[in-house]
Amino acid sequence: MTPQATPPARDPAALPRFALTAVIVLLLWPGFKLVEFDPGMLFDPRNRETMGKFLGTFFPLALSADFLRLVVKSTLETLTIATAGMTVALVIAAPLSLLVTRSLSVSRIGPGAGRWTGRVLRVPVRLVLMLLRSVPEIVWALLFVRAVGLGPAAGVLAIGITYGGMLGKVYAEIFESGDTRPTVALLESGSGRIAAFVYGMLPVALPELVSYTVYRWECAVRASVIMGFVGAGGLGMQIELSMRMLSGGEVSTMLIIFLLLVMLADGISVGLRKVID
Amino acid sequence: MLLAAVVGSFAFLALDVGQLFSAESAVQMWKYCGQFFPPDLSHAYLVQAWRGTLETIAISAIGTLLAAVCGMLLALPGSGRCGLAARWVARLVLNFLRAIPELVWAALMVFAVGLGPFAGTLALALHTTGVIGRLFAETLENAPPESARALELAGAPAVTAFLYGTMPNVVAQFVAYTLYRWEINIRMAAILGVVGAGGLGQMLYMSLSLFQQPQAMTIIMAMLVLVAIVDGASAGLRRWMEK
Repeated sequence: MTPQATPPARDPAALPRFALTAVIVLLLWPGFKLVEFDPGMLFDPRNRETMGKFLGTFFPLALSADFLRLVVKSTLETLTIATAGMTVALVIAAPLSLLVTRSLSVSRIGPGAGRWTGRVLRVPVRLVLMLLRSVPEIVWALLFVRAVGLGPAAGVLAIGITYGGMLGKVYAEIFESGDTRPTVALLESGSGRIAAFVYGMLPVALPELVSYTVYRWECAVRASVIMGFVGAGGLGMQIELSMRMLSGGEVSTMLIIFLLLVMLADGISVGLRKVID
Repeated sequence: MLLAAVVGSFAFLALDVGQLFSAESAVQMWKYCGQFFPPDLSHAYLVQAWRGTLETIAISAIGTLLAAVCGMLLALPGSGRCGLAARWVARLVLNFLRAIPELVWAALMVFAVGLGPFAGTLALALHTTGVIGRLFAETLENAPPESARALELAGAPAVTAFLYGTMPNVVAQFVAYTLYRWEINIRMAAILGVVGAGGLGQMLYMSLSLFQQPQAMTIIMAMLVLVAIVDGASAGLRRWMEK
């Protein structure tokens, strides 16, 4: 009997696996230092007392009529911030997406003046769209809160700008990915760009456009709650204020309302999209 | 109906659109923007921004790691391996963790452990546990049971059967989910700090509160660079793995 015939009692892959784990732990070790990792903090008597008291007040929920009225008002505010923000986003995105859509360019059809100018002009528009969407909405909100003051206006502008950038890019992609032959045919037979867009491109792309916009509206509802935390109005701002005052009952009530709101927005969005398809 | 919703929204918010886009406010806005330039690129501040960036990456990495471990622990009962009651409870916990956004968790954790990156780490870990735990549980439920069954029938203890029968089928998927969440969490960690949970966000919040606009611009640039690098790396990695 050769020694190879007896199967090794241990897993032969154990050593490489152990080595890989060790390397990962070594790589992450400075991370633990950097984040001041200290589970003891959770049990620090002072922290535990604050948190315990705070959590203790989470129940019962705050259900006084005055407070509920305030919650309803800020919930409505959140919804309207999202809707108004999406409107601003549409106003920004619609013209910009038309500008960057290559298939709508007349100068592309034949050799002629303006071919290069068109190409060069599309670059800065693309850059603007990228800049608008790569700064996170909460950073825009922070900036606008300082520029136009605390309140919903900052939230509307922040959503409008970030989502304007996103919608502009996605709209252009939708235009390009659809069947562009009708558009090109219209352009080649001499129709104007607007006419070619309205009769050639829009019918093809409309369902997808609307569906994506509705989905984004749903995201905007969630985002507008989050942005409230930096003072941009709506439900988030009230949650932040109640947290500051350590009134847990109000916080838990509003968190429940927030979850319901997200579910509602989700439901509306799914329903609307079903109607469209 | 849509038009009514839009008009109603603007009316409810009592936004003075004319005022917002008037020449006067445009001038003010332009002046405000001007204050951000030029960004503060002095050596000392760049070093600080670099530290903030490292802190952001560390928050996301440790948060995701903790979430992967806790998510795994919750996914085991969540996949129905310990009875239906345990499955129901584990799913409830996961759904709860996931439903609360990271930023709300961060605001709560600032109360629990004080200002600083540890609060951000815990917040990311809590929310991501909910997300990852559910994904893990679903992967476990969909994993083919034959290999583990075969080991059990051959007399292997349950733990061994799980480690050598089930895990090899799902580990690649687990790693993929974890890396994907890490990518999202880097972005999130950059902004979580606005409620005091460390990283670049906290630096941005502080510099804006102190009216140090040039410094704020540096931090915003650092965020953009960080996100661009992450985007590039993840796209490159995906292309490389597809090959």
